[in-house]
Amino acid sequence: MELKDKLVSSFIAFENTVDVDTAIHDIRSEAIKTFEEKGFPSKKEEAWKYTSLKSILKHDYNVFPREESALEFKDIKRYFIYDLDAYKIVFIDGKYSSHLSETTHDKIDVCLMSSALAQPKYSVVINKYFNTVAKQDGLTSLNTAFSNEGAYIQIPKNTVAEKPIEIIHFSTGAEGAQLLQPRNLVVVGENSQVQIIERHQSLTENPVLTNSVTEIFVDKSAIVDYYKIQNDHENASLVDTTCIQQQSRSIASVHTFAFGGKITRNNLNFYQQGEGIDSILNGVTIIEGKQHVDHNTLVHHTEPNCESHQDYKGIFDEKAIGVFNGKIIVDKKAQKTNAFQSNNNILLSDSATINSKPQLEIFADDVKCSHGCTIGQLDDNALFYMRSRGIGEKEGRALLMYAFANNVLESVKIPQLKNRINKLIAKKLGVAIGFDL
Amino acid sequence: MAYTEDDLKKELETKEYEYGFYTDIESDTFPVGLNEDIVRAISLKKEEPEWMVEWRLEAFRAWKQMEEPEWANVHYDKPDFQNISYYSAPNKKPKYNSIDEVDPELLDTFKRLGISLDEQKKLAGVAVDIVVDSISVATTFKATLAEKGIIFCSISEAIREHPELVKKYIGSVVPQKDNFYAALNCAVFSDGSFCYIPKGVRCPMELSTYFRINQAGTGQFERTLVIADQGSYVSYLEGCTAPSRDENQLHAAVVELIALDDAEIKYSTVQNWYPGSAEGKGGVYNFVTKRGICEANAKISWTQVETGSAVTWKYPSCILKGDNSVGEFYSIAVTNNFQQADTGTKMIHLGKNTKSTIISKGISAGKSQNSYRGLVHIGSRAKNARNFSQCDSLLMGDECGAHTFPYIEAKNKTAQVEHEATTSKIGEDQIFYCNQRGIDTEKAIALIVNGFSKEVLNKLPMEFAVEAQKLLEISLEGSVG
Repeated sequence: MELKDKLVSSFIAFENTVDVDTAIHDIRSEAIKTFEEKGFPSKKEEAWKYTSLKSILKHDYNVFPREESALEFKDIKRYFIYDLDAYKIVFIDGKYSSHLSETTHDKIDVCLMSSALAQPKYSVVINKYFNTVAKQDGLTSLNTAFSNEGAYIQIPKNTVAEKPIEIIHFSTGAEGAQLLQPRNLVVVGENSQVQIIERHQSLTENPVLTNSVTEIFVDKSAIVDYYKIQNDHENASLVDTTCIQQQSRSIASVHTFAFGGKITRNNLNFYQQGEGIDSILNGVTIIEGKQHVDHNTLVHHTEPNCESHQDYKGIFDEKAIGVFNGKIIVDKKAQKTNAFQSNNNILLSDSATINSKPQLEIFADDVKCSHGCTIGQLDDNALFYMRSRGIGEKEGRALLMYAFANNVLESVKIPQLKNRINKLIAKKLGVAIGFDL
Repeated sequence: MAYTEDDLKKELETKEYEYGFYTDIESDTFPVGLNEDIVRAISLKKEEPEWMVEWRLEAFRAWKQMEEPEWANVHYDKPDFQNISYYSAPNKKPKYNSIDEVDPELLDTFKRLGISLDEQKKLAGVAVDIVVDSISVATTFKATLAEKGIIFCSISEAIREHPELVKKYIGSVVPQKDNFYAALNCAVFSDGSFCYIPKGVRCPMELSTYFRINQAGTGQFERTLVIADQGSYVSYLEGCTAPSRDENQLHAAVVELIALDDAEIKYSTVQNWYPGSAEGKGGVYNFVTKRGICEANAKISWTQVETGSAVTWKYPSCILKGDNSVGEFYSIAVTNNFQQADTGTKMIHLGKNTKSTIISKGISAGKSQNSYRGLVHIGSRAKNARNFSQCDSLLMGDECGAHTFPYIEAKNKTAQVEHEATTSKIGEDQIFYCNQRGIDTEKAIALIVNGFSKEVLNKLPMEFAVEAQKLLEISLEGSVG
């Protein structure tokens, strides 16, 4: 049976496990119809021109998570930023793991989607925000149809979350191929601030496909920093859709560190709905082997006096394939917009490929919009300079690559996280230097 | 049951006559519609050999299976392909008897472009008794070209006179089945130009500059084939700055350039077809396929100034097949009122040390939409390929749009690709500065636009550069408000 048919027929079984007499369930029923109609995206669609899901859709995925499988903290400790005091929401095979997590309801709500859906006190927020900004394409609809678990974060007005929040999804794949569909909702009130770190980690050699959807609502003058660490096994694939709606004078930034996975596709959509907004999209991609990373971004400017900054760096070795597809839309009303987009790439091998498509669609005249895209190599002269001063070739190359990605890394505001990312990069480049020069 | 005479009679009575379609090849205009008979009739009219007929039919059959492309960022009412007459002989009867009858607005534009009175008459369709200058100039130059061994004639003539060259190269760069409009063009093209520059010859003049009058009226499905043999050079000019009041709605031209080893082709286009009324009614649909192939050390340079047409869909491309070959694309696209343009280029790097440069300037005013769409492809064997692209857009007024869709694909680690794009408007301070010095706003805008387009205007042959500059001014007239 094809995966699509399997999923559509699984929906009935899914209905038996959830409360069907809610407004959310109407949304789910509607979404499964949309998925049935649209199905999985194919390469014929312009947005998927360079990324084919064929190779990962052929597996017979388990759709329903089993009961909680126990994981010892010491086994998975290395996936946490252990020197960072943070709230933690941990999922194992899509099920919440209470003994690994640290949630709170004190001033702010850091808890589970399933409990937020079940408790009436959250229904106002859920009804107001749930599935209002997510796109209605096939994959997002599939997630909506099966949405039941994930992180639920709500920060009320005038509150600064004192600790960062870590969301980690583990997959054990004990029963074979596994499909996970987490659904996260983040609502940040006026003048509030929060930092969130998200990670998907597979602990198995079995194929894992994660189809994650996150909706983030940023109210007036709020500040949200969102960090995504994607450093997964060669048989784990991720389709991550993040949709962010921003109100006046808010600042939202999303940093994506894509260091591995079979196929990683990031759909990052910013919708600005007020004046004086700043949207920041940063990304570093370092991959090799047969890995494939696709960044698909959209920034939609609808009101005057807003800004957006995009900076994506990519380093591709061996047979890796990188895709960048960035789109900026400036509506007629959005005068005085400043929108910048930059995509720089380094190819280290003749079999590596980069496909870049930075697009601008501008309907307003008084704007400053620019985009730049480069593909190049490491500077041989710089390398020679370092070698002549006793820095080994490998280390020299690593330093140059680190410098190339540096201005994205500089913008990471959590020191422990930055440290961790530096270590990941050092490991990735096979050198034992700290980069914290 | 046996088939009786009665059955036959009955069948003949009920059945429509299968061969009822009648084409009079002697008449000057064919009936509307398109089918195999029409394709054959066009070919017959042109006295083409059998292989050409087959070639056209093959294209036609492929075209029937194809669908009109919809990916471009333009919106228009699809033309009805069965409601077009695919052949009409050039009209020999003058439209007007004297220049006084011509629309004064048209004459005013001619005057401002600096077109001579004789040329004005011819362009407007006024009966001209003797255009001494033009004809004698044309004859002299034809003689010079023949002396150098350059073949420059209409494509129909080339099919008859030089079938070996045409057969070898036609469709080699733009195959019959390349795309919807190219296939249509292959099936029904009525005329166009053919140019062959022999080995090592440097063509002494800008081809077609002096022929623009004589070569006018080649019709809506134009086909151009330019072959530059080893080590030769040619600069080819197409189009005309003069506003052309063409009645044909649909133009689907195909241009193929072949630059053999060490050859260089410079191809310049100025297009100023009817853009439709200020309310967005009418206007020409310009769906063109232009492509060139470079062998080793060859160079192809496309320069275009696009100011006319209601809808433009055009991507002059270079296939850099040979090592060390160079491709260039310089473009100015101006849209005003309700015009829509989706234009750009494709640079396909296949050979080693290939270089390409893309400079595209888009100016949109009124309610128009202007898109740049380009592809830079670096193949896995294209070592040390280099590309530089720059596309700038200038917006005038708050109801127009400027869009950029660059595609960059690199498969080789030695590739160096740079792409830059900016979008801006004319600054109020710039205009104020000019006003302060006694330059009125309209002139100031013309000045700034010229500065913005300078990089591309410089690439045009000199005679055209001056006219093109004035043309930009005229196209943007009334867009300040």
